[in-house]
Amino acid sequence: MDSQKSDIPQGTLDLLILKVAALGPIHGYAIAQRLQQISRDVLQVQQGSLYPALHRLENKKFLAAEWKLSETGREAKFYQLTAKGRRQLDSETKSWNRLTEAIGLVLELSQGDAS
Amino acid sequence: MNWWSRLLGKRQMEDELRTELEFHLERQGWDNVRAGMSEEEARLAARVKFGGLEQVKEDCRDARGTGWVESTVRDIRFAIRTLRKSPLFTAIAILTLGLGIGANAAIFQLLDAVRLRSLPVANPQTLVAVQINGGNRGFGISRGNLALLTYPLWEQIRLHQRSLSDVFAWASADFGLSRGSQVRQVRGLWVSGKMFPTLGVIPAKGRLINAQDDHPNCGQGVVLSYGFWRSEFGGQDSAIGSKLLIEDHPLEVIGVTPPGFFGLEVGRNFDVAVQFCSEDDRLTRRDLFWLNVMGRLKPHGTLRQASAELDSLSPGVVDATMPEGYSSSALDTYRNFRLAVLPAGNGVSSLRETYDTSLGLLLGITGLVLLMACANLANLMLARASTRQREMALRLALGASRWRLIRQLLSESLLLAWGGAVLGMALAGVFSRSLVRLLHREGDLLDLQLSADWRVLAFTGVVAVLTCVVFGLAPAFRSSRMEPGVALKSGSRGMTAGPERFSFQRLLVISQIAVSLLLLVGALLFVRSFWNLMAVDPGFRKDGILIAFLDIGRLHLPQERFEPFKRDLLKQVRSVPQVESAATATHVPFDGSWTSGVSVEGSEGSSKFTWVSPAYFETMQIPLIVGRDFNDRDTAASPRVAIVSESFVRTFLGRTNPIGKVIRTAPEPNFPAAVYEIVGIAKDTKYADLREGTPPPESYAPESQYPAGGPWMAVFIRSSSPLAAVTEAVRERVAGVNSNIAMEFHVLQKQIEDGLLRERMMALLSAFFGALAALLAMIGLYGVISYVVAMRRNEIGIRRALGASPGNVVGMILRQTLVLLALGVAGGVTLSLATTRGASSLLFGLQANDPLTLAGASAFLIAVALIASFLPAHRASRVDPMEALRYD
Repeated sequence: MDSQKSDIPQGTLDLLILKVAALGPIHGYAIAQRLQQISRDVLQVQQGSLYPALHRLENKKFLAAEWKLSETGREAKFYQLTAKGRRQLDSETKSWNRLTEAIGLVLELSQGDAS
Repeated sequence: MNWWSRLLGKRQMEDELRTELEFHLERQGWDNVRAGMSEEEARLAARVKFGGLEQVKEDCRDARGTGWVESTVRDIRFAIRTLRKSPLFTAIAILTLGLGIGANAAIFQLLDAVRLRSLPVANPQTLVAVQINGGNRGFGISRGNLALLTYPLWEQIRLHQRSLSDVFAWASADFGLSRGSQVRQVRGLWVSGKMFPTLGVIPAKGRLINAQDDHPNCGQGVVLSYGFWRSEFGGQDSAIGSKLLIEDHPLEVIGVTPPGFFGLEVGRNFDVAVQFCSEDDRLTRRDLFWLNVMGRLKPHGTLRQASAELDSLSPGVVDATMPEGYSSSALDTYRNFRLAVLPAGNGVSSLRETYDTSLGLLLGITGLVLLMACANLANLMLARASTRQREMALRLALGASRWRLIRQLLSESLLLAWGGAVLGMALAGVFSRSLVRLLHREGDLLDLQLSADWRVLAFTGVVAVLTCVVFGLAPAFRSSRMEPGVALKSGSRGMTAGPERFSFQRLLVISQIAVSLLLLVGALLFVRSFWNLMAVDPGFRKDGILIAFLDIGRLHLPQERFEPFKRDLLKQVRSVPQVESAATATHVPFDGSWTSGVSVEGSEGSSKFTWVSPAYFETMQIPLIVGRDFNDRDTAASPRVAIVSESFVRTFLGRTNPIGKVIRTAPEPNFPAAVYEIVGIAKDTKYADLREGTPPPESYAPESQYPAGGPWMAVFIRSSSPLAAVTEAVRERVAGVNSNIAMEFHVLQKQIEDGLLRERMMALLSAFFGALAALLAMIGLYGVISYVVAMRRNEIGIRRALGASPGNVVGMILRQTLVLLALGVAGGVTLSLATTRGASSLLFGLQANDPLTLAGASAFLIAVALIASFLPAHRASRVDPMEALRYD
């Protein structure tokens, strides 16, 4: 089972966080859970590395943070996408799509060659 | 929150960060419990899944963008804590650095004020001075060594020159300023109309003298300096339009110059500036050199073009201003004058000529002292770094990066450098003010603009940072390069220390000894040179001589009454009880000079001439070898007689008997050719300066026969009473004769000592810096030997346990010192022999490579060095062997 888990590629954690936060205000633990669920446990997110990334995105004003009561009745820090963050998410998504498309093309082509 | 408020709200940020991460762990724990774990297991599993909590916190802090500031603040806090733990080290470090930087900044400030800084005028770089190439070669009369041209020459230059866009003339003079019945001296400036406009000086108040004023009428307007306006008129606007009585001319105040403008002579401020005055006979005199002429280069003109043009104009200018009443050989000198143009953007200064070499040399000396201070600090830091090797190794082993270690050591040394620089800046002000006070002479105000400007700050800053890098980085790199394992293992466990471990420190100490020997040799040279000068016998009495300058000009006596009045005045002075002997003379030793061409027994040459009253030789205690003194029967009507010096006899008469021989003088304006009969020989006296080898030939003639007598006299008074009391008594007596007589008193000894200011300054400062250098070298040596002893504690313990006596141990350590000393002294002697020659022009009565000085300095240094290393050696010999072996 371990062999089927992948580390997330370098630099894509920010993109994933932005995507998850785009769905509405959410705290750090929930982001970690959501990432695991959505990726059907394939993506291995080192939980510790999530927080520096959150703080970095907040620092860049892609995310805005707010302290609110969580579902358990304790105060938690909720992150929400800003307008700037939304633009960043769009452009990052596009460039990700272009990249994967291109890589897919190259892989298909070389398969064709090999056969 | 922005970057800054996040930095300030650090505590809140930390709380939030903790709460956020705790929340995460708590939730994970719950989920784990829900999945069926026990609470204990659940918490552990959550922590494991999360990773290193502290590491995550640190990464979050970094992500906030304030991490580097926080860690810098931490570094500095830590550095302060470490430095506080060793107060002696910190104090020594900051003090040596402060002294080094302070001395450098002070000397630089002085050098900058005297030599480097441009005049505070517009475009100083295009300002040039017109001069006679090579000076006037003693022709005519010169007023001070900065006065370069006559007024007629200036007029010719103004009329004919084309290569400079604006030219102006100026001269310094002391003016009598009358306030009621009181007359006092103020520092004055004669200027031509174009001076202020050409320099681009903007008036602070009113207007300045300008080109429309450029006709030498007297009594027009006077311009005040800013300082004089503040002190005399309290900075009131009402000053403009008020009248000042200057040299008996009522002048209207028309304006005030801006605060930064001090004139064109560095080191001499002015109080009032007036136009040249046509009543002044100096404007027509062709033999009186008293002016400076300056101008501006035209926009595309060069110095060379301007100089070439003035050179080609010279014959015409010289022909049109040929003085009369001179011998033809003197006129040949005048005919050969060529004009030249020199850069003048830094102004003129007699200070510069006197102190140029000395200040440069002092800057070199202080530079070396600073270098030594740095070497000392490097040494101290190295020793510290070595004793902290285990601490560093532990930190490396615990995961600190090398860069962090270097940063931490660097912040310690930066902190020291900063402390040293701050102390140094404070000391610099104190030093430079004392220096100016040291250079201050009686009756000659030294006004230097000593501001701590950005250049001094930059200089000090660069010195501090360089120092920091030099002494901070070397130990930092060294201590972080080692392998933690090796360092932890060896630590201070090693039984003996390998020699290569402190070879760098040894090198530092050797060079410190060498440099301090050089500085000591320099100090000894200057001190002995000053002593030699002080011990020179000038041939006349120095102490107990008071000189009174009496000016009877304001009595407005007719010319023929001058001499009788002056004779009576001298009688009055002689009748004062404290006055033992008094006489007048036209020349004060070491001040100015009067030379005349002479012909004696067919040989041509020149002789100094001084006119003296009877009893001059007795007053000054100059022995007469043969012949008679002047007496009251030598009058204006009697045959002219002269007393000549031994040097005169040697030069002109050889072995023939001089008495009765005849001197013929060459004619000069106001001094027609005359024939003197020699009636006596006086012993030689120094004429122009104490450094004089053999004095020039000198002739004395009776003052009653002085052809150019004016309404002034210089009275030499000898007394064994305190001169201050004598001054008061004489002042009272003269004022009793007539209260309008202006008086000025000087103490001859003080004047002679003032003439040795430069030598005294060099002696004092080089002695101070030499001692400082020796002290620094001692501290360095002491530090290294103590360190060596600490490193070899175990070894010494074993030796003692095996039967070595304390004497053996001391000997063993002193042998090490001797090797260092021998190498350092050898280096220092070589260095001294190679470099002190540069100072030979400042020395008197000894050579730069004086063996006695070298030997003395070496002996002194060796003696103190042995003491400095004996202390730690002695301590080492007292080590209890058991304790040393058990240690660590």
